Amino acid sequence: MLKVNNIVKVFNPHTVNEKIALNGVDLELKSGDFVTVIGGNGAGKSTLLNCVAGVHHVEQGSIVIDGTDVTKLPEHKRAKFIGRVFQDPMMGTAATMQIEENLALAARRGKMRLLGPGITKKERESYREQLKILDLGLENRMTAKVGLLSGGQRQALTLLMATLQQPKLLLLDEHTAALDPKTAAKVLETTEKIVSKNNLTTLMITHNMRDAIAYGNRLIMMHEGRIVVDVRGEEKKNLTVEQLMGLFSKTSGTEIANDKLLLS
Amino acid sequence: MTSFLNALPSAVAQGLIWGIMAIGVYITYRLLDVSDLTVDGSFCTGGAVCAVMIVAGYNVWLSMAVAFVVGMATGLVTGLLNTKLGIPPILAGILTQLGLWSVNLAIMDMKANQPLNVNNYKLIVSLRYLQDVVKGDRPFYMYPLLTVGLFTVGIILVLYWFFGTELGASLRATGANSNMARAQGINTNVNKVLGLMISNGLVALSGALLAQYQSFADINMGRGAIVIGLAAVIIGEVLFGKLFRNFGLKLLAVSIGAVIYYVVIQAVISMLDINSNYMKLISAVIVAIFLAVPHLRSKIFSGKGVNVKAGKEKNNVKGQ
Repeated sequence: MLKVNNIVKVFNPHTVNEKIALNGVDLELKSGDFVTVIGGNGAGKSTLLNCVAGVHHVEQGSIVIDGTDVTKLPEHKRAKFIGRVFQDPMMGTAATMQIEENLALAARRGKMRLLGPGITKKERESYREQLKILDLGLENRMTAKVGLLSGGQRQALTLLMATLQQPKLLLLDEHTAALDPKTAAKVLETTEKIVSKNNLTTLMITHNMRDAIAYGNRLIMMHEGRIVVDVRGEEKKNLTVEQLMGLFSKTSGTEIANDKLLLS
Repeated sequence: MTSFLNALPSAVAQGLIWGIMAIGVYITYRLLDVSDLTVDGSFCTGGAVCAVMIVAGYNVWLSMAVAFVVGMATGLVTGLLNTKLGIPPILAGILTQLGLWSVNLAIMDMKANQPLNVNNYKLIVSLRYLQDVVKGDRPFYMYPLLTVGLFTVGIILVLYWFFGTELGASLRATGANSNMARAQGINTNVNKVLGLMISNGLVALSGALLAQYQSFADINMGRGAIVIGLAAVIIGEVLFGKLFRNFGLKLLAVSIGAVIYYVVIQAVISMLDINSNYMKLISAVIVAIFLAVPHLRSKIFSGKGVNVKAGKEKNNVKGQ
């Protein structure tokens, strides 16, 4: 479903601040794979997702989604294939627009937008049903501005928006990191529910090792712009946080110095 | 006082004409979240194109349609400077505005003024019609307040429809959160350009109406237009923000805001008997006061921790 071939991303090239964010990343996801991504700050996790989404263009290598080479496509054209939820709850929704308007915008991802109605009666009914899945009571507040919602509600809504039109690929960039533990757990639970129901190919960054092990069928660890650990199937299921930390220090040659990675 | 009352219908009519321009400003300032300074130039462009064409013998409706299209072209220039060449929107608008000064003179055959005598041409609105209708020399439907009022309502209805379509909604999303818009497959650059085009088309149309109303187009007629537009937007929001939640009514509030602004200016000038050269200063002061209201209001009511920037009371929701 996703083929990332040897991509390189350099920020501020030819300056003193030059940073090689991705240094030859290869990654292949099969249809239905749910891959969790961990790694320290600056490991290149977010850059990888942003390169796949088209926020950044890569210096080298190629990105293929479901047989289509998207390497040169701009962000808004890749959106046809990709659903995204961001770390910042403010980023995924339009605060000054209504819940149903946000959903209607998302329902038209990858389609021509001309002078047809921005939202229809039939759509409203369908959104009402789908909002019930989130179990947040949003189905009764469909004309409320999204700006009135809490961070957790907004992330759950963004998640629904990302999957309203079945994406070829779902990218979750630490989408629970800005939430309190209880809300984060609930949003993750919803994520799992939506991903498995639609059998979505998913790439999820997390700072939480326990979540990284608990969710998905494959786990990759990044370090200094490379994928250094890649475990799947049974091996991943039986992984413990201690083993994962061991793997980290072995491959990267450093101890985990990041509190966020340890706390779980 | 009597001079002010006598001038009232004229002031209201002019306010309504400026209101159409202000609706254009609302589209960029509120929906796209851009302060577009093209307006000062494109307003005159609209007036100049319309006046020159009518004098050349073209039909008045055709002249206004062309003014609208040329206005859209000015927005296109600003939009392309911004999206294709990466020039910040405010600077892009200033550049277009500057260039338009020469273009506007060229349109008027290098004259600073293009007369448009109401006696010689069939115009849609004119200051003269105010008295003519009262005297019974012309039918009631030519009364400028009615004509411009109908124009305003028509424009609001079309915009209400447009911003409810898929394309219109994507345009609002572009202004509300461009990251989200791109993630939902919206080409934000195209939408920014489109918004600037629609906005400046309306601004030029407003200029075309004013040129007819005052019987001339003038190279300076658009000077300070953006300030009047912002004043109308802010006055409308400060006075009707709580009352009008519907998108169409919000546009109406902008139009009413322009009328109030214009009437207040006229009142100040005629009552205090001020030299009309002070008008720009008075305008600036009035706009500064209204821009500061949301900021000061939140400061007074919430004590510390002011978050509202001057003039930034965001309203983007359509319908309720």
